[in-house]
Amino acid sequence: MSSSMIIGQYVPGDSVVHRLDPRSKIAIIFFFVLIVFFANSVMSYGLLALFGIGAAASSKVPLRYIMKGLTPVWFLILFTFILHLFVTKEGDLLFNLWGFKVYEEGVVQGAAISLRFFLLILVTSLLTLTTTPIEITDAIEELLGPLKKVRFPVHELALMMSISLRFIPTLMQETEKISKAQASRGVDFRTGSFKDRIKAVVPLLVPLFVSAFKRAEELAMAMEARGYRGGEGRTKLRELKIGKLDYVMYGLFVVVVIGLFLTRN
Amino acid sequence: MLSYFLGNSELSRGGTRMEKSQIEFRNVSFRYHDDAPWVLKNVSFTIDADEWVAIIGHNGSGKSTIAKLMNGLLFPQEGEIYVSGQKVNPDTIWEIREQVGMVFQNPDNQFVGTTVRDDVAFGMENHGMSRELMVERISESLEAVGMEAYERQEPHRLSGGQKQRVAIASVLAVSPKYIILDEATAMLDPKGRKEIMQTIRDVQSKRNLALITITHDLQEVTQADRVIVMNQGKVWMQGSPREIFSRKEQLIEIGLDTPFVSKLADELLNAGLSLSREPLNHQELLEELWTLHSTK
Repeated sequence: MSSSMIIGQYVPGDSVVHRLDPRSKIAIIFFFVLIVFFANSVMSYGLLALFGIGAAASSKVPLRYIMKGLTPVWFLILFTFILHLFVTKEGDLLFNLWGFKVYEEGVVQGAAISLRFFLLILVTSLLTLTTTPIEITDAIEELLGPLKKVRFPVHELALMMSISLRFIPTLMQETEKISKAQASRGVDFRTGSFKDRIKAVVPLLVPLFVSAFKRAEELAMAMEARGYRGGEGRTKLRELKIGKLDYVMYGLFVVVVIGLFLTRN
Repeated sequence: MLSYFLGNSELSRGGTRMEKSQIEFRNVSFRYHDDAPWVLKNVSFTIDADEWVAIIGHNGSGKSTIAKLMNGLLFPQEGEIYVSGQKVNPDTIWEIREQVGMVFQNPDNQFVGTTVRDDVAFGMENHGMSRELMVERISESLEAVGMEAYERQEPHRLSGGQKQRVAIASVLAVSPKYIILDEATAMLDPKGRKEIMQTIRDVQSKRNLALITITHDLQEVTQADRVIVMNQGKVWMQGSPREIFSRKEQLIEIGLDTPFVSKLADELLNAGLSLSREPLNHQELLEELWTLHSTK
């Protein structure tokens, strides 16, 4: 297995966006996703686009990584645009394409919705591009903290996430080992009908599951031997800190929100 | 730097027997279910502080069960176990687990953290230590096992031997009085095994702690101060490695192999050379051989 394997899409860096507290990033993105739906004028869309693209640019993440994050949704963006083009029948008639009438409002609507999509995906993928999975896990644990009061197992959830992250590479290595072992016994994963290929996965999955359960059992024993007894009374090595930079970003975001409501129609 | 590994005495508030720093098994019997056969039958022994004890025995002789009983992962049906004078029971296991560190066989299945430093911190986090103390001890214990350069590494980039060294560091970080290595080298290649044994020797010579190694690799056993041989759930023999290996026929009878040097010494004996003592390693055998003529 390649040693360069990275879980998730994280692109290491030291930009402003990288240095923001993950909780701040999640909160800002959450509110950004909400306010995107309030934009309804060229100016307001322009403001949001400026914010989104500005954030992406200041993250210094190479453009191709950002584009890679957008690939699965390009089709969706294009599809909504075309749909709006043909379905909306308001405003002046722009042109007639072999019987399909395209109206002005259709183009405007289509462009607006597509831009919304684009901004949503851009900003959310920026989170995973600039934040390590474990930072996201820590942030989620902190942000869900209040739910502990209603007995929601926040700590357990975060632990499950971090252990999953820890074991993804291990299980992938194991999958590769098992698939080689099964291939050497004549299992063919690559050719044959779809049904045959699905069937070939069974001798891969069964040993993988058996070993995963064995691992879980041993891990639980090792954790207990090291004094694990749930989240209570536990301290944490990794700590999150809200710094000056975070407050600057909050301020900037508030300015954007105010600007948005001023430029709305 | 060593001071914190020594100053643990306030932890052992176990009544009248608190002065003794040792692990004691008193007539311990254990089985997994009520109708299962006994895994351990009336086992008694003591392990003193700063002693290195090896527990050997073939598969199913009960040696791993002993390890799990020592830090309360299992409880005996009969008899008592005392750790530093404190009886092992469900109320005391958390304090006991702080004193008894354990390294398991599979390097992957005991690595909890997403990076080396997170894994070393795991035990300390469980015991509610402050962050400053954790940071300090992470570097100290990683240094002790020679893994300080890997602090930010992820586990899948480490070899089995390196992972086991991290596991030892994780245990050291909590400053236990006893460390149990439950077949910690069994899944490693010869190089990894050598690394671990070297690390263990270093740690034991520098820090005041008892080591309990559970193994069927007899090469490892030769370095211990004392050997407990388990057979069919009973303590079959106790003694120094030399005493144990001088009774080869009996060891082979209960399904244990003897070290290569020991076998070679036997063959030499058969060939008519008489050695003055049972050699435990190559060095000793060499010494025996080149002084053979002068001692005659």
